[in-house]
Amino acid sequence: MENEKVIVDMMRSGHMACPGCGVVIAMRLVLRALGKKTVAVIIPSCSSIIASTYPNTSLKVPAFHGTFESAAPTAAGISYVLKLQGKDDISVVAFAGDGGTFDIGLQALSGTVDRNEHYIYVCLDNEAYMNTGIQASSATPECAWTITTPSGRPFRKKNIMEIVAAHRIPYAATASIGYPQDLMDKVKKARNIQGTKFLHILTPCATGWRMAEGLTVKAAMLSVETRLFPLYEVFDGRRYVITYEPQGFPIDEYLQMQGRYGHLTQDQIANMQTQIEVEWENLRNKVKDCQC
Amino acid sequence: MRELLTGNYAIAEAVRLAKAQLIPAYPITPQTPIYEKLSEMEAQGTLPGIMVRVESEHSAMAMCISASLTGARVFTATSSQGLALMHEMLHYASGNRVPVVMGCVNRVLAVPWSFGSDQTDTLAQRDTGWMQFYCEDNQEAFDTVIQAYKISEIVMLPSMVIIDAFFSSHFIEPMEVPDQVAVDRFLPKAALPERFDIENPTFVSNVVTTGSQFMPFRKRGFDDMENAKTVIKKVDKEFEEHFGRRYGMVEAVQTEDAQLVLVTSGSMTSTARVAVDSLRNKGLKIGLLKIKTFRPFPSGEIKSALQGVAKVAVVDRNISLGNEGIFCQELKSSLYNSDIRPPVYGFIAGLDGLDVSPDTLEGIAMEVMGKDEPNDLPVWIGGS
Ligand SMILES: Cc1ncc(C[n+]2csc(CCOP(=O)(O)OP(=O)(O)O)c2C)c(N)n1
Ligand code: SF4
Ligand SMILES: [Mg+2]
Repeated sequence: MENEKVIVDMMRSGHMACPGCGVVIAMRLVLRALGKKTVAVIIPSCSSIIASTYPNTSLKVPAFHGTFESAAPTAAGISYVLKLQGKDDISVVAFAGDGGTFDIGLQALSGTVDRNEHYIYVCLDNEAYMNTGIQASSATPECAWTITTPSGRPFRKKNIMEIVAAHRIPYAATASIGYPQDLMDKVKKARNIQGTKFLHILTPCATGWRMAEGLTVKAAMLSVETRLFPLYEVFDGRRYVITYEPQGFPIDEYLQMQGRYGHLTQDQIANMQTQIEVEWENLRNKVKDCQC
Repeated sequence: MRELLTGNYAIAEAVRLAKAQLIPAYPITPQTPIYEKLSEMEAQGTLPGIMVRVESEHSAMAMCISASLTGARVFTATSSQGLALMHEMLHYASGNRVPVVMGCVNRVLAVPWSFGSDQTDTLAQRDTGWMQFYCEDNQEAFDTVIQAYKISEIVMLPSMVIIDAFFSSHFIEPMEVPDQVAVDRFLPKAALPERFDIENPTFVSNVVTTGSQFMPFRKRGFDDMENAKTVIKKVDKEFEEHFGRRYGMVEAVQTEDAQLVLVTSGSMTSTARVAVDSLRNKGLKIGLLKIKTFRPFPSGEIKSALQGVAKVAVVDRNISLGNEGIFCQELKSSLYNSDIRPPVYGFIAGLDGLDVSPDTLEGIAMEVMGKDEPNDLPVWIGGS
């Protein structure tokens, strides 16, 4: 019998991540929750380098490196065949960065969610194209510095959860490496739901966020406690549940610890704070609306 | 059983009988009837596999690759823009050594937009590491799908089974469709490696970091593509033992005593057979060489067929801007280092399905017979 208290990691140490990498923490937690009976799909991103430099792999589960825009159909293809082979007890998980999800892979993700193909999609969102050296994606927050937005990105961050929820996906959730139990509980829940499941994990990136290596988990926690990145679930695209009540800290400390926000004016910070409050109210209304 | 089928339906029948297990598909003219026919079979419960109505050809091939690596026999079909969109995934399929079989119906690539046949769509995928089989008629398309599964699953490289837009894809021809028992005897159930083994976890398609890691992978692919020639011939011979039909990588018709050999591929070959007969009746020693297998390129077979031939005329339904017809280029380069080096005359004809009649081909033959040396540039039949 599986002993819940014994932690069995499906990732080895000695991988290629930078010190202070949030992506690798998220991968470790997701795979720990899924356990041995898992097939992983990786695509070009930091996670591909973390997982697969030849002839090594840091993963202890079978895995396949697909193409950048194809995490979703690649995972679905494996899942269909495992079912044909009667191996229904194996979970298929696709790891994709924000670029691979919000931008180039969005069409393919939409396709598999539409067909409700049976696998778990995990978006490891470090808010830019990091593997290619910190270029802006549509997940890069408004005003944030990247090498391709030297004076800050002029557009707001795309709301991927709303897009995915609009497909009436059986299960979608946000999760944070700052709250590992909540994250793993969501993965385990996702594993037992039929159809496509989507997890949006904010994965602070010390290198790209211009932040000290030791601050990764703190940044993740502050993103939640400030309500910038609230933790919630959406069932069937309609029923919203907040899984952790954030304390509502002001955004300042979160911004100050990251060099990518070093150029912000007081006005910009105030505006960001207002936006957070508006979005938090929106989310709370969704939670209320669906209770009636 | 004797049946009347279009080329598209012939391919769909072959896919059913080959028991493809997963078929991700996407519509594009003129390939769409393959997708529709397979959907109809699925709805009627006669398709042994499942169809997935994906959102793009790119995703179709992504799914083919991962499903194949998991252990399933897979199929998809496309044309033109769809094939071009797949380009990244075509390299990915051959690099991952998956035996995917794909039906390709040649259609012009925009711009200008059009629908007729032009082999440039598949020929532009020449260097993707796929085997390519250009079929003359619907029977051959059917037979080649069945053969391609067997060949691909031995060589572990993917195959394109290629027919011409409309001339083959939409024209009905009488043909022989074997029953399931006969097909099963020739092509048993897929026994592909299951690459995602929980008990023995491995990583498929890692990131290599140096050329000394990369080059051995390509070299193995190169060697296996070369060895595929033997496999293709062996499977063709076996097919003949089972079904009484064989095709060869090339087919040489009356080339032994020929002063001029016409070289064709695809549906144009049927027309060329008529033209050659007519020229022979007029007392002219004209032969025909059909090139069916384009990758791997059958250099040896071509050289044997052209031994002692005074002139060669290649008629290409495709064009590589900046050079010439693609079959012509390949044929020339395969002869260059040998002592079989007849002058090769290049012709571009029939783009966008423009009719290439027996008269057109006879005209080409007469023109070449009357010439002393080929032009540097191909001669266009039509186009101005
Ligand atoms: C079709 C295609 N375009 C571009 C690339 C180059 N590329 C590789 S990884 C990458 C960045 C990935 O960014 P993201 O998805 O956010 O993951 P991260 O590296 O940030 O973890 C890019 C642009 C590629 N591999 N394929
Ligand atoms: S760049 Fe960022 S996400 Fe990528 S490995 Fe380094 S810390 Fe992790
Ligand atoms: Mg990223």
